[in-house]
Amino acid sequence: MRLYADHSKCSGCNACRVACSLNLFGVSNPKMAALIIEPHFPAPGVYEVKVCTQCGDCAKVCPVDCIQQNDKGAYYVVQEDCIMCGACVPECPEGVMFMRAELVPNTAWECDLCGDCVEVCGTSALWIAEKA
Amino acid sequence: MNGYGGTILRVNLTTGTITRQPTPEAVARDFIGGRGFGIYFLTSEVPVHADPLGPENKLIISSGPLSGMLAPGGGKCDWTTKSPLTGGYASASMGGHFTAEMKYAGLDSIILEGKSEKPVYLFIDDKKVELRGASAYMGKGAIDVEVSMKKQFGEEFQIAAIGVGGENQVLYASINHDYGREAGRGGVGAVMGSKNLKAIALHGTGSVTVANKDAYVKAGKALYKACKDADNIAEWTRYGTTIVVSWCDEVGALPTRNFQAGSFEGGKTLYAPVMREQIVITDKGCFGCPCPCGKYSNVKKYKTEVEGPEYETIGMLGSGVGLTDISDVAQANLLCDDLGIDTISAGSCISWAMEAFEKGALTLEDTDGIEMRFGNAEAVFAAIKKIAHREGKLGQLLSEGVKRASAKIGKGTEKYAIHIKGMEQSAYATHNATAMLISYMTCDVGAHHNRAWAITYDLQVGRDKVVPEKVARVIWLQNFRPMFDVLGSCRLQWVELGIDRDLYVPLLEAITGVHRSWEDMEKTGERIWNLTRLYWSREIEGFGRDWDQPSPRFYTEPPATGTTAGQITKPEDVQKLLDMYYEQRGWDSTGHIPPETLERLNLKEFSVH
Repeated sequence: MRLYADHSKCSGCNACRVACSLNLFGVSNPKMAALIIEPHFPAPGVYEVKVCTQCGDCAKVCPVDCIQQNDKGAYYVVQEDCIMCGACVPECPEGVMFMRAELVPNTAWECDLCGDCVEVCGTSALWIAEKA
Repeated sequence: MNGYGGTILRVNLTTGTITRQPTPEAVARDFIGGRGFGIYFLTSEVPVHADPLGPENKLIISSGPLSGMLAPGGGKCDWTTKSPLTGGYASASMGGHFTAEMKYAGLDSIILEGKSEKPVYLFIDDKKVELRGASAYMGKGAIDVEVSMKKQFGEEFQIAAIGVGGENQVLYASINHDYGREAGRGGVGAVMGSKNLKAIALHGTGSVTVANKDAYVKAGKALYKACKDADNIAEWTRYGTTIVVSWCDEVGALPTRNFQAGSFEGGKTLYAPVMREQIVITDKGCFGCPCPCGKYSNVKKYKTEVEGPEYETIGMLGSGVGLTDISDVAQANLLCDDLGIDTISAGSCISWAMEAFEKGALTLEDTDGIEMRFGNAEAVFAAIKKIAHREGKLGQLLSEGVKRASAKIGKGTEKYAIHIKGMEQSAYATHNATAMLISYMTCDVGAHHNRAWAITYDLQVGRDKVVPEKVARVIWLQNFRPMFDVLGSCRLQWVELGIDRDLYVPLLEAITGVHRSWEDMEKTGERIWNLTRLYWSREIEGFGRDWDQPSPRFYTEPPATGTTAGQITKPEDVQKLLDMYYEQRGWDSTGHIPPETLERLNLKEFSVH
């Protein structure tokens, strides 16, 4: 399973990212979300959504094996084991492996497929389905 | 304080002093946030009879407890000031992402005071707050400034900027944010310009604490579910506010050629499906909105992009000025946003000038050679540019608003200057819609629709009926609807999707830790409404009943065409509506708040200045 996004339906509201930060860290802070909305305005006037494809490239390079798979098959960071080496971040082809010490000092993070973003998206721009 | 950023940021533009104070708990308790904070600080801090464009006036920007949270439409930002257009209270509500960013930067209000000697912009990056030189940005469009600042500081920064209209202190200058979200009404952009403040660049990375996280998430998700389950969410989201263009045309509420009629023979090409098909490319949402009304357009005719036009702009810069091509309306919208003037007031001023020109009260000499005739798109574009630059006779005349312009020209043009309290009436024709008429007459900023959008109630009850129930409905809406601006969230989920407003009660309680029923909040709304009335009384010599009168057009000139042809509100009914309104509000027959009502609302401390 993985998260999918349809850029053409995204309106850039960021409700998904608030829901995501609440799931991952228990706070309302879209900058601590595991998906990105990149607005391209004033032209061409579209929102680009970047989500985790669950490719697992991050886990392959983790030197302490703290990127594991949960029961949904989603890769997630075992926060207490992360050493903040940053090796995983450049490996992510979508740019959605995160490490921002100024926001979260002790761990990297990524999408764990909780589905809360899908739940609050009013325009059906996000959904979870089997990997193609 | 749960649900709040916790800080009031004061920026004195005269001295360059920046101070932070904890958000006063008593103010949060009594005024909650948003426009509640705005009127509290305005009343408490701005000296009586301050010059709106002088250093004594303040521009107060406020978020609310739902801003930036898991709350549908938690992206409403209030801009309160003393209006240079009306001389009274101004509160402009701006959508987008600015107010959420304020919360993440820990700010409940930003209070801009004084006046800078040189052009500056305000840079806020969490705790780092600086005034920086803005000479390089002066003379640039608000959208250009946003592009430049996002490029310089990064996409995470939220920008609010004035265009040249604000720099030139056009009395209805706006503040642009997020490429087309405006703090539009009452001249808030002129006040920002008067302080020599070109823009604000804002970034916050913090989180807001809540009283009960689990209850908060549960209540937030319940609201999103209710929105998503609403029967009409798909249709509403497809068209946004433009969905009402056809309805207004059919019921005779669409402003046509300066409100000479309420149905437009060329209206069909402005209808929502035409616009969607011809120019809309993206649905653009404010923060946290599940049903985005923002329609982002690519206008091939002019090779431009613009957010909108939304309903008000279509009414004022489309049918109001006789334009039939939605691409022309979109282009006029873009010019206003980038140059930084309110589309509603601009549309009203231009349509007034067109009527005056066609009737011979304005000549080519007065209009700098422009053929100001209804339907002339080039004249509309030229007039917008002249207004923003205060250029030539026409630009000077129209930049002051329709009340001053008509007073200057005379020749009977005052009769078709469509305003109340000096604010141009927004896009609902009220020849025969008495609930909407009294809503406009008594609106706290002048002739604006969004406090009590009562026009559907007119249709429901009987549009020409003048009955206490209508007035009661308007008062209820005026007490209740602006509470969304207090909470820092959008009202349209309730208005358009019809979701149960009681779903907000557990959400607000989980966030703030304070239980407030809607009955409680309506009492707060009533208190705030009365406080804004007190503000008008204290600022304007002789303020009272005369200031609540509508344009005579709506009780003396029945439209010749359209659905409301031959229909008009009787002059005596206008006064009857006011009598009923004052009585139900507990005001006296001159429109003032008597001591017993002040006592009941616990407002006596604000009545002496």
